[in-house]
Amino acid sequence: MDIVSTQQNKKMHPHKFTLWVAIGSIVMMFAGLTSAFIVKSNQTNWIAVELPKAFWFSTAAIVLSSLTLQMALRSFKQREMSKYRSMIGITLLLGIVFVLLQWFGFQELWSQQITFKGAGAGQFLYVIFGLHAIHVIGGVITLLIMFIKAFAGKVKLYSSIPVEMAAIYWHFVDLLWIYLLFFFLIIGG
Amino acid sequence: MSEVLNVQQGMAAGAVHHDGHHHHETFVSKYIFSQDHKTIAKQFLITGIIWAIIGGLFSVLFRLQLGYPEQSFPILETFFGNWAKGGQIQPEFYYALVTMHGTVLVFFVLTAGLSGTFANFLIPLQVGARDMASPFLNMLSYWFFFLASVIMLSSLFISTGPASGGWTIYPPLSALGEASSGSKLGMDFWLVSMAMFIVSSLLGGINYISTILNLRTKGMSMTRLPLTIWALFFTAVLGVLSFPVLLSGAILLLFDRNLGTSFFLSDIVVNGQILPNEGGSAILFQHLFWFLGHPEVYIILLPAMGMVSEILSVNSRKPIFGYMAMLGSLFAITILAFLVWAHHMFVTGLNPFLGSIFVLLTLLIAVPSAIKVFNWLTTLWRGNIRFTPATLFAIGFVSLFISGGLTGIFLGNSTIDIHLHDTMFVVAHFHIVMGVASMFGMFAGIYHWFPKMFGRYLNNTLGYLHFWVTIIGAYLIFWPMHYQGLAGIPRRYLDKRGWVSFNQFPELDKMITIVSIVVFAVQLMFVFNFIYSIFKGRKVTNKNPWGANTLEWTTPLRPGHGNWEGEIPEVHRWAYDYGKDGREFIPQVEEIGEGESKH
Repeated sequence: MDIVSTQQNKKMHPHKFTLWVAIGSIVMMFAGLTSAFIVKSNQTNWIAVELPKAFWFSTAAIVLSSLTLQMALRSFKQREMSKYRSMIGITLLLGIVFVLLQWFGFQELWSQQITFKGAGAGQFLYVIFGLHAIHVIGGVITLLIMFIKAFAGKVKLYSSIPVEMAAIYWHFVDLLWIYLLFFFLIIGG
Repeated sequence: MSEVLNVQQGMAAGAVHHDGHHHHETFVSKYIFSQDHKTIAKQFLITGIIWAIIGGLFSVLFRLQLGYPEQSFPILETFFGNWAKGGQIQPEFYYALVTMHGTVLVFFVLTAGLSGTFANFLIPLQVGARDMASPFLNMLSYWFFFLASVIMLSSLFISTGPASGGWTIYPPLSALGEASSGSKLGMDFWLVSMAMFIVSSLLGGINYISTILNLRTKGMSMTRLPLTIWALFFTAVLGVLSFPVLLSGAILLLFDRNLGTSFFLSDIVVNGQILPNEGGSAILFQHLFWFLGHPEVYIILLPAMGMVSEILSVNSRKPIFGYMAMLGSLFAITILAFLVWAHHMFVTGLNPFLGSIFVLLTLLIAVPSAIKVFNWLTTLWRGNIRFTPATLFAIGFVSLFISGGLTGIFLGNSTIDIHLHDTMFVVAHFHIVMGVASMFGMFAGIYHWFPKMFGRYLNNTLGYLHFWVTIIGAYLIFWPMHYQGLAGIPRRYLDKRGWVSFNQFPELDKMITIVSIVVFAVQLMFVFNFIYSIFKGRKVTNKNPWGANTLEWTTPLRPGHGNWEGEIPEVHRWAYDYGKDGREFIPQVEEIGEGESKH
């Protein structure tokens, strides 16, 4: 094979690498937002926020979904397609549950009069958790496509690259969520 | 082996054609929604040129106001209606022009137009790849840019006008629609357009990085890469890590504008009314903005630096002097670019101790910059220089980079900056070092790679005229501004006649205005040359017209999608074997001969 430098390709698929760079970029966006949060939390008029319980349940949902997606990946690699289908289905459901729980969390906060008005952690929480949720929704759409593909006809190409990439992204949004949660618990509280 | 084959096929996904013929291409898939990196590069270039004309025209218009504040130009009213009532540029219009000139030139021309064009065109060709890592994302990158362009362009036609709070869109002015007409709908358009623009940049950037790291041809080790590729690589790294931070700032600003949050607003009184916002910090926005804003300077400069290195080496028929030092200084500049943003904020009440750290880090950039300048000059030294328009523009770049870089040492010192901040001195500094210099790098690149892009040459006579008028004009325009700034004349003022101390050099302002009109006219001549030469220019008959070593000159005269017919050539040496062992140049694809000396 002479198309590209083969040595490097054995290490990592270019699409996967692209995903890692994209993740670096997303990290920078949240780094910008959370550093803005730190700067503002040191100013006067700062109002801390207590996180609603819904966010704890959603944490459980997304951590669990990471596990099921990892199991889906393993079954795909072992060609156990029925197990793969059910695992990817469960992951998809847990993803949707996560987004819904985030929404309930927002509603609870809003009902406590923590709105866009005034100063404090609340405003940041809506923006930061909201942007995170958008990234999760992107993942849910990916999972949905993979779920449909898993049922549509026979799998011709057993390339695990797409599944692996979905898993990398999903674990990333999971870890990002855990970071954000602890960030708000430690600095926002 | 079979695993590798799989990867290859997986990667191919419609992009890698081994013979480039069996895929039927329609007009739309070939010229509009093309996934060929060369076509996408041309799309970026042409869109960038259109923006450059628009952005340049803006500057001519506000120069008219600055040079002739008392005079009326009825023709302006014909074109711009209420914006130029009685032939006089209205204040709102003036601020819109200044803001859009900055936005358009910084982002749409010198980021998308420059990186978008040359990263797309050169990366696959010079590293030896058939296309980008993801041709589809690459296509999306252009179309997000196009969308951003359409939104920004349509903001010019809103009745309250486009964004007019300066290209840095500092709140509270930008956050409050009631503050000025330019902070109304135009500002939302600006933010949405920039969000699209950032998506475009990120899609491009992640692609450039993975292509350079993953798709190099056999034998193309990282230290055999031409410096163009290294520069484009660091540019992409800067973009991927800094643009998201601006995006977060833009999102927070959108919330402040439309949803009543107070991220950047506190204790504001507009027309006697106290706004409810509290607890926000306008300075916070400046931090978020300049965390992108400063790396942005290098996003604009580095591609030009890379192309200049390549063009100077090829045309002085000598290896680039100090390849590793060049690479090291690119790396150092990239790191430092992230650590100096607060030097734009010395007058914000920044803690002086923190300020002194930023002074130190800022002045440190002089070291890698000086290394680069030294290496360009030593590359030219005793070379057998061919003074093509590309070479001249590359030398012009070095000249401008020195002149503008030196004034950076003034501004990087917080003590001097406090006096010079927001004066014409700053305008002079960044236009020379970043604006015009990068423009010169871009011109050099266009003259040099035009034959590969379009299979024809640009007209040389027009090229020489273009260069000489532009370089003399650029210095005539911006050199006097240093004196204006030192004399305390502020930037962004519509009419200086109200202040005795600001109205010291009315004749100088007239001169600058006249020269800028001449320079703008010559740029239009270049655009004519560009369009004319695409169709009627002298045809390229030699695959390697400049006698260059890099891989793009081993492709057919007009390469199809996939770049090389048959196999991709293997690389055996670095890109700078010029004038070695009595030979004028030795292409990268040539094997190392027996008894050949080391470079």
